[in-house]
Amino acid sequence: MSKSNLTRRGLLKTSVVAGAGVALPTIFTASSAAAFTNEPTGGSVTLGFNVPQTGPYADEGADELRAYELAVEHLNGGGDGGMMNTFSSNALQGNGILGKKVEFVTGDTQTKSDAARASAKSMIEKDGAIMITGGSSSGVAVAVQGLCQEAGVIFMAGLTHSNDTTGKDKKANGFRHFFNAYMSGAALAPVLEKLYGSDRKAYHLTADYTWGWTQEESIVASTEALGWETVNTVKTPLAATDFSSYIAPVLNSGADVLVLNHYGGNMVNSLTNAVQFGLREKQVNGKNFEIVVPLYSRLMAKGAGENVKGIHGSTNWHWSLQDDASKAFVKSFGEKYGFPPSQAAHTVYCQTLLYADACERAGTFNPCGVAEALEGFEFDGLGNGKTLYRADDHQCFKDVLVVRGKENPTSEFDLLEVVEVTPAAQVTYEPDHPMFAGGNLGSCNAGA
Amino acid sequence: MLGLNKKDTTLLIIVAALTLLAPFILNPFPADSALAQFNAGYPDLMQRFVIFGIFAIGFNILFGLTGYLSFGHAAFLGVGSYSAVWMFKLLSMNVIPAIILSVIVAGLFALLIGFISLRRSGIYFSILTLAFAQMSFNLAYSVLTPITNGETGLQLTLNDPRILGVSATADGSIPVTNLFGIEMRGTYEMVAGPWSFQFNTGYYLCAIIMLLAFYLAVRIFRSPFGMMLRAIKSNNTRMSYTGLNARPYALAAFVISGMYAGLAGGLMASMDPLAGAERMQWTASGEVVLMTILGGAGTLIGPVLGAGFIKYFENIFSKINDNVLHSWFSFMPDGLEDAMVALVYPFIGKGWHLTLGILFMLVVIFLPGGLVEGGQRIMRAFKRRKPDETSSETTTEPAE
Repeated sequence: MSKSNLTRRGLLKTSVVAGAGVALPTIFTASSAAAFTNEPTGGSVTLGFNVPQTGPYADEGADELRAYELAVEHLNGGGDGGMMNTFSSNALQGNGILGKKVEFVTGDTQTKSDAARASAKSMIEKDGAIMITGGSSSGVAVAVQGLCQEAGVIFMAGLTHSNDTTGKDKKANGFRHFFNAYMSGAALAPVLEKLYGSDRKAYHLTADYTWGWTQEESIVASTEALGWETVNTVKTPLAATDFSSYIAPVLNSGADVLVLNHYGGNMVNSLTNAVQFGLREKQVNGKNFEIVVPLYSRLMAKGAGENVKGIHGSTNWHWSLQDDASKAFVKSFGEKYGFPPSQAAHTVYCQTLLYADACERAGTFNPCGVAEALEGFEFDGLGNGKTLYRADDHQCFKDVLVVRGKENPTSEFDLLEVVEVTPAAQVTYEPDHPMFAGGNLGSCNAGA
Repeated sequence: MLGLNKKDTTLLIIVAALTLLAPFILNPFPADSALAQFNAGYPDLMQRFVIFGIFAIGFNILFGLTGYLSFGHAAFLGVGSYSAVWMFKLLSMNVIPAIILSVIVAGLFALLIGFISLRRSGIYFSILTLAFAQMSFNLAYSVLTPITNGETGLQLTLNDPRILGVSATADGSIPVTNLFGIEMRGTYEMVAGPWSFQFNTGYYLCAIIMLLAFYLAVRIFRSPFGMMLRAIKSNNTRMSYTGLNARPYALAAFVISGMYAGLAGGLMASMDPLAGAERMQWTASGEVVLMTILGGAGTLIGPVLGAGFIKYFENIFSKINDNVLHSWFSFMPDGLEDAMVALVYPFIGKGWHLTLGILFMLVVIFLPGGLVEGGQRIMRAFKRRKPDETSSETTTEPAE
């Protein structure tokens, strides 16, 4: 039988010790010793994939999500490694990021700034995401980029083409791999000059919101530099589905080139209308009437069907490219999903790899360290040739593709052919270029 | 208490307890468990619950009492957000002036739209409000871009000319919204064993404002003015025959509910300083109608429940993807697992609209009085033995 020595003093002592023991873990976590927002502590790290799953850009969103899942698989050492094998930086080992297994959460942006921010916030606040990426529209990208800056996480932009994302709305925590409207203009102009001459009259139809405007501005500037004349620029509402009333005045305007600053469903409809009106068979000013679609994607070409044949535009990447990196990516994407990736899929895959690589090189998940590793980073082997992540505005500078709707497609995916690869030097601009002026990166925010 | 009868006091106390203890109630599952997917107790969603609660309470003052179905209420929410963000840009990062301005501007806007729209009733009124809201949306989306920043949404920048305060903090970032120095984004995290609960300053500000708004709504419901509004709903023609001009009352209700929407918009901007044009789109206006009907139009607590319900689906269900599903059903044999995932997948993730739609149909068909009626039926089932003493005042009337 044991003798119990229960004294008042002893009881007090034990209860204090027990109390401290119970409270200890609480104290540590509650006072949050974390150096930055959502510092990963366990054996895994969470990335937030915020893409449109409903709404007008749901197709692009679905393709982005496929690419993200593929990227995570490759980062964790699964699959055939895809572009990790061709990437010029060899920091990634296929064991996750910094030895931590990569996990992800997904959300629906609905292509609305509000919903996108709500979804990104829930990833940061609830799921502990250390990085947010995705999006298929510039408005959403700018909104989510602002949020990530405030919250102190890195934002790797998805498909966003507006100059503003890395122009007047640029943020220290935000990075864009995709090209922009200025680059489209700079890449297209020489090709257009070669094809159609320097004495042309252009008529613009422009989607009436920020992206449309910056693209119109860019294309007008670069074509007028060739000697083209801009006859008229007409804004069309984003929700428009029938463009007949906008096409009819083009016929009598004396213009001989129609530029469609539209994207997604808008472009499919406006191009279809223009072709139905017989614009392409017309002769104006003694020249063939031409149509140009500055921002092209395969998914749009698919929507417009026959009508895209022979129509020129620019794109960030195309699966028919023959470099090793593109071939490796198309192969692993194709093996997993059964069809080639779109440019949206390519850009988000690159962004995920670039982020992971930057973490490895920086040796930390701290957003400020990662941002520093990305700034001024030169790399190759991700399908776009030699690329620079410029430190001044966090924009990638790389070759831009000028493409044309194929006359004789061999499959439902083989809709575009690459006409010219415009070298990066030709699309590079000064950070204080007037189209990008007015913004300020601010300083990097690591949050808590 | 506070000029309320016993039943309303109880209701107010219940609502107060629910909102103040929300961080606990909404996080019932341990953070590491698979069910943590269903936890909703993180600051952003809790803020949305109460903010949309305010919006729906305000909408209910118009729709639930007068029966005027406005399809354009989101316009006031949007106007409120824009005014608040402009206040942050120009005056100070304190939320009080922003919220006050948003309520005033939304009220004036409501006065203008209400004055015109209330010349008609029924479906014509709904269409007029819808038209105004859609006009506001299009203006905000493109025409008024200098004021609204169009599609991108109005945001704070590093070179805002803030009169009382700084354009940028010392370390070069945008200052955050605060209440006399208390940051809205401040969150205290409490860890109790496997559970973690987040207490957010912004949420508690919203919660207190919602309780005030709720109290005001109760007082309006029980006042002679509220009675007059109910009279408009039950028989407007008879009101005119008795020589009473009902329009000023309807207009007052419209303006009050517009101000509630403006308050919600101002709070939204205070929690997250951004105002997007989508906030004014007709789908956003439709959403508040759904919230009110789903919860129970004309009841006090219904709209708040409906708002919580819809926001929960939007934010929690939409985030369940097929990977999560696979992990849930991973205990099953492979073939069965895939079959289960294929079966459930259309209803979650991007299919959350579908699930919500089905639930909405079920509620409208089987519980015309909304969730509140469901609650009442359950209560009655428990109290079956007692004599049925539900008076007409406590039962809900289906929305017309």
